[in-house]
Amino acid sequence: MKPTYILAIESSCDETAAAVVRNGREVLSNIISSQIALHTLYGGVVPEIASRKHIEKINPVITEALAKAGMTLEEMDAIAVTYGPGLVGSLLVGVAEAKAIAYAAGKPLIGVHHIEGHVSANYISHPELEPPFLCLVVSGGHTHIVMVEDYGTYRIIGRTHDDAAGEAYDKIARAIGLGYPGGPKVDALAKQGDPEAIAFPRAHIEDCPYDFSFSGLKSAVLNYINIEKMKLRDAAKTKAENESSDSKPAPVLTKHGVPTGGETEGTERCPEVFSDGTTKADLAASFQAAVVDVLVTRTIAAAKAQGVNTVAIAGGVASNSALRNRMREVGEANGMKVLYPEPVLCTDNAAMIGAAAYYEFLRGNTADLTLNAVPGLRLGER
Amino acid sequence: MRILAIDSSAQVASVALLSEDAVLAEYSVDYRKTHSQTLLPMIDEVLRMTETVKEDITAIAVAAGPGSFTGLRIGAATVKGLAMVWNVPVIPVSTIAGIAANFAGSGDIVCPLMDARRGQVYTGAYGFNGSTIVEYIPDTCITIGPLMEKVNELGRKVIFAGDAYAVFREAIEKGVTVPYEFAPIHRAKQNAASVGWLGSALYKEGKTVSAEAFVPTYLRISQAERERAERLEGSADT
Repeated sequence: MKPTYILAIESSCDETAAAVVRNGREVLSNIISSQIALHTLYGGVVPEIASRKHIEKINPVITEALAKAGMTLEEMDAIAVTYGPGLVGSLLVGVAEAKAIAYAAGKPLIGVHHIEGHVSANYISHPELEPPFLCLVVSGGHTHIVMVEDYGTYRIIGRTHDDAAGEAYDKIARAIGLGYPGGPKVDALAKQGDPEAIAFPRAHIEDCPYDFSFSGLKSAVLNYINIEKMKLRDAAKTKAENESSDSKPAPVLTKHGVPTGGETEGTERCPEVFSDGTTKADLAASFQAAVVDVLVTRTIAAAKAQGVNTVAIAGGVASNSALRNRMREVGEANGMKVLYPEPVLCTDNAAMIGAAAYYEFLRGNTADLTLNAVPGLRLGER
Repeated sequence: MRILAIDSSAQVASVALLSEDAVLAEYSVDYRKTHSQTLLPMIDEVLRMTETVKEDITAIAVAAGPGSFTGLRIGAATVKGLAMVWNVPVIPVSTIAGIAANFAGSGDIVCPLMDARRGQVYTGAYGFNGSTIVEYIPDTCITIGPLMEKVNELGRKVIFAGDAYAVFREAIEKGVTVPYEFAPIHRAKQNAASVGWLGSALYKEGKTVSAEAFVPTYLRISQAERERAERLEGSADT
């Protein structure tokens, strides 16, 4: 059978990406232009800056993706693009560009859900993987336990009631002075700490055994830091610096649009060693242990309840080493197969969009010229 | 020669197709619908109505800014995609000059005003010497007071146009000392035929860019960058 080639475009947040994917599983090119350095200055993604950067980068990224695959646009069978969820200004650049390319080249257009893309990254890393399986999708904007019943058929089993796990990471990273993006930095610091040093809470939500809540944990960690700061302040009798901003700051967002509240500059530093001898690394490790603990136990419990023995992880936080190791440990102890994509496919990328698009293409789910960006697009929505 | 022209810099979405000596089609919609949904279907309609195939298209003229950041980017991404595939150059045209060109041939200077929020307008002033455009006030983002000073210095009749002249009508009437007129509604706003007309001239002068290099002209940095600069300036003062 003639292979299917898809040119995929992703611009939902702060990564401009394009990829060429063959038959939904084989990545011929996967180009990512990251803006992280630009946004670090502001402690989070600034939507307007992100959108401006996307416009600058999108054509070179697409050209490079085709060149690296050694293919031309004419050889593509379809053009795919992320149309939600994400930052609307960022999404619009990819959507408008993809529509124009599909129209001008006379190719079918496929709109892809960003999270379905993340789930589908597993198809690339694990060619043998087929539905049904359970997937924990965990990123800066999302924390979902999803039952993948078939290609393109998703059922949400669990979700967060407040912060996404990645968002909690970003906020804790800011509080302990690690900056943005928080996930990899907290993960690295946690490796030097004792995960049992501080007992942070694990929230259970009544009647929703597979749902999450991270706001309590986040508050507990922030409180812990503040109390330590206060102790330090009293001891040193130093004056607290006041933030001198009477005007409302421009929106600074974490992944997928959650306000973080301005810059980190001028805020008081988190102590390296706390009054009882525990360290910042211990705090990072203890926080991470609490997050990983609930993510893993609930996912495995959900898999048992659904009667599946394959569990996948997807999304930016899926590259977190503690989460990977623990999920594998607990999963295997329960006779389950645990899968996750290689790190480059966990971050926002277009190859995963091409993978998800392939199965939409097979089902004949194409979009027309009125396709719009949908920042709050829900999983499974078409 | 066929030039496709696009303006999505504000609420108006406008698409036109021009040959050497005619506006073959123009399609404008001034309605609350997102450009993301309207622009490409409008382009499709214009090309189908004129039986234009991609080989016919010489270049794409686009209102490059100033204007709504999002509106400009939807236009820009659309143009970058089309121009990349069709392998044609992009002709960036000032949005302000485009509106002014609605009055080419009138002999008057035209001062379009677009609402830039925060009490400011995106504006400029242009006149026409036959088919040659003359810039009197370069595109800028300012408040009405200083704009009226610049307009009064021209010492000639001025036509105010653009989507913001109604908002600032009182302030204009208070500040202006030269003879003036407000544009009638059918010529007050963005029109891709005007963008295409200016673009054709620019094309002949070789003032084009590649699809890859084209970016909108915002005339303003983002709010976050401005506030950061203000903060840094503030801390340097103390």
